[in-house]
Amino acid sequence: MAQKVIAGVTVDVNEEGYFTNPAQWTKDLALAIATEEGIALTDKHFAVLEFLRERFSKGEALTIRSVGNSGIIDIKGFYGLFPGAPMKKAAKVAGIPKPASCV
Amino acid sequence: MKRLLILGAGTGGTIMANKMRKILARDEWAITIVDQHKTHYYQPGFLFIPFGMYNRQDVVKPKTTFIPLGVEVIFQEIERIDGAGNSVLLKDGIALKYDFLIIATGTRVVPDETPGLKGPLWHKNIFDFYTIEGALALAEFFKTWQGGELVLNIADVPIKCPVAPLEFVMFADAFFVERGVRNKVNISYSTPMSGAFTKPRASKVLGALLEEKNINIIPDFYLEKVDNEKKMLVSYDEREIPFDCLITIPVHKGDAMIGRSGLGDEMDFAKAHKHTLQSDFFPNIFVIGDAGNFPTSKAGSVVHFQADVLTENLMCAIENRPFTESFDGHSNCYIETGFGKGALIDFNYDTEPLPGSFPFPGIGPFGLLKETRMNHYGKLMFRWIYWHVLLKGKEMPIDSKMTMAGKKM
Repeated sequence: MAQKVIAGVTVDVNEEGYFTNPAQWTKDLALAIATEEGIALTDKHFAVLEFLRERFSKGEALTIRSVGNSGIIDIKGFYGLFPGAPMKKAAKVAGIPKPASCV
Repeated sequence: MKRLLILGAGTGGTIMANKMRKILARDEWAITIVDQHKTHYYQPGFLFIPFGMYNRQDVVKPKTTFIPLGVEVIFQEIERIDGAGNSVLLKDGIALKYDFLIIATGTRVVPDETPGLKGPLWHKNIFDFYTIEGALALAEFFKTWQGGELVLNIADVPIKCPVAPLEFVMFADAFFVERGVRNKVNISYSTPMSGAFTKPRASKVLGALLEEKNINIIPDFYLEKVDNEKKMLVSYDEREIPFDCLITIPVHKGDAMIGRSGLGDEMDFAKAHKHTLQSDFFPNIFVIGDAGNFPTSKAGSVVHFQADVLTENLMCAIENRPFTESFDGHSNCYIETGFGKGALIDFNYDTEPLPGSFPFPGIGPFGLLKETRMNHYGKLMFRWIYWHVLLKGKEMPIDSKMTMAGKKM
């Protein structure tokens, strides 16, 4: 398994840089990863990250539509927070594995 | 008398009615199946209709043909499942008590989820082929279409039969080549995923096939709305795709009744354990096929493999034993690639589609993850197998668990 040093902390990641052990995640790490992705995190970002981590821990599917239905933000806003590929970027910053696209 | 109640007389419900009627003693168990529609559609056949290869008669039969003697059939809309009260309320007010319940209510396309999709151009320049009405309307349209921008769009995942959109664009390529107008038709494939398919190795092989056929892939395109006036698809990140003919795979949801009953996720897919198939909410409720939130393909092959597992586990639950079977997510799909050829993929929750031979290692006759003529014949033969073997719950020479034999890493 690959490891990466982020903000002075060694974490387990896969070849694309996604956490393989979500328990290693901290808010400071999130800030550092987000900076690498060119994103400055706000409280709104963190609300979305917590939502994703919560859903992941319950084993529920992570989809853009589910974020849009979360009551935190609509889909348009989600794109605004994590431009380009919001779910992939948000998962990386949230310290959870890359969402397996549904089959 | 105890009762096994099955909701939905599609592929999953029909197979389970056949399997369970053979096992459960007739003097102890009544089996009842409920569905609102009387017609059984061979859904894999919808793909062939727009290109004039199948017509309506090829894909419909009455549902009652496939329900065995000794199973009561009720054609009626379902209002709600009362899991705590072990009963199902029908639209006409009748309540059906059950000892065990199987949810097999499938999934449906919901074009209304996307603004503008069901606008003035619906079934004029915008078509779905996941319904019989859409497939037939598109067949009419293609008869006289002069060419232009043909765009296929997947609005969101999960969708039924995730390979059908790929097959559609490859069929379209062959169809317009054979009619001598391919140079007037631009074919694009736009998807919210990062490539042609969900699993990396298959995505690479299938992506290369599309490229070879001059089909333009537009990845990471997440549809927000359709502008009918400008004939334009608009994504959430404000990219636009112009179309003359739009083939839409609309957002999919489970049956609204699942949501009303409090048994589903936000898309009304019934929440159930991906290995045991037992509902997350009540131990005497089980889920099969598209109706569930299982992280595997929403496809008939999955239902067929799940049916073996469900039969075993349902008997365990009925006889108060621990579960003996575990569903591995096995899925197996023929992929039509046009010009009389096809590919085949075989995979599960943990193993992505790999190259090799199937079902007999080293022999085949089918080739995995490659284009062959035999694979195409396999798909055509499958319609006969579906009506005569699969729906009736008879044994097939393919194990419900995926095997690595014959696969190359």
